[in-house]
Amino acid sequence: MQVGLTQILFLSTALFFIGVYGFLTRRNMITMLMAVELMLNAVNINFIAFNKYLWGGKLDGVFFTIFIIAIAAAEAAVAIAIVINIYRNFGSIDAEDADSLKL
Amino acid sequence: MAVSNIIFYLLSALIIACGIMSVTSRQIFRSAIYLLFCMMGVAGLYFWMQYEFIAAVQIVVYVGGIVVLIIFSIFLTHRVGSDLAEPEYKRTLFAGLASLFAFLLFWSVIKRNEFFGEQPSGELSVRRIGEEMLNYKQGGFVLPFEVVSILLLAAMIGCIVIAMRAQTEKN
Repeated sequence: MQVGLTQILFLSTALFFIGVYGFLTRRNMITMLMAVELMLNAVNINFIAFNKYLWGGKLDGVFFTIFIIAIAAAEAAVAIAIVINIYRNFGSIDAEDADSLKL
Repeated sequence: MAVSNIIFYLLSALIIACGIMSVTSRQIFRSAIYLLFCMMGVAGLYFWMQYEFIAAVQIVVYVGGIVVLIIFSIFLTHRVGSDLAEPEYKRTLFAGLASLFAFLLFWSVIKRNEFFGEQPSGELSVRRIGEEMLNYKQGGFVLPFEVVSILLLAAMIGCIVIAMRAQTEKN
C-alpha cells in the first residue's frame, strides 16, 4: 500500500490521543507537560503533511510549524519556571497538592 | 513494497511505541527519555518527507532544548529512582476509553474522506523559507515573525521574573 496522507494522519491522530490519555491520567506536572508536547508534535506532523501533499507550492504549513515550535519552546520554559517555583513553595509538583486557590 | 514505505512504517512504530511508553512509564526519568526518542522519530518523519530544515529545527529545539530542560527540571524536583504514584484505576479506565473512542471517531472521519489532488511536492529550499519569512508583501510572514520574537522576549523576561522573586523571598 502506497503511503499517503491517510497513513500520516493516522499516525498523528494516534499520537495526539496518546497525549490526551497521558494528560488525563498523569497527576505530576512535568509529565503533564510532556503529554502536551506530544500533542503539539502531532499537530506539527499534520501541518507538514498537509503542506507537502495538498499545498505543494506554498509554505503556510511550514511556517505554522516553525511558529508552533517557537511558541512550544517559550511555553515549556515558562511552565518549568512555574513548576520549580511550585516545588519550592509546596514541596511537591503533584497537581492535586497545589490547591491553595481552592475554596 | 517500496523501501520508503518500510521506513515510514518503522518510524511510525517508533513514534507510537515511544509515545505510549512515555505516557505510561512509572519512572519519570524513563518517561523523559522515551519522549526524547519520540521526538527523534518525528524528526525522522520530517526527513522522510524531505523537509530537512523543519527536521533540523525539530532536533535543535525539541530534542536539544525542551527535552533537556524537562530532564533538568526532573533532576531539580525528584529523587531519581523513585517511582511515580500509580493512578487510580477508574481514572485510567475512563481516560483510556475517552481517548480510544475519540481516536476511533476521528479515524472514521479521516478514513471516509477522500483527499483530492494528493501528490507530494518536492523538497523545500532554506533560501525560500528565509525570503518568505522576511517578506512584507501580500502573503508574507514578517508580521507573525515579529510577533513571535516579541513573545519569546516576553517569555524570557517572565522566566527571569518568576525565578528572581523566589530567590529574594528566600533571602
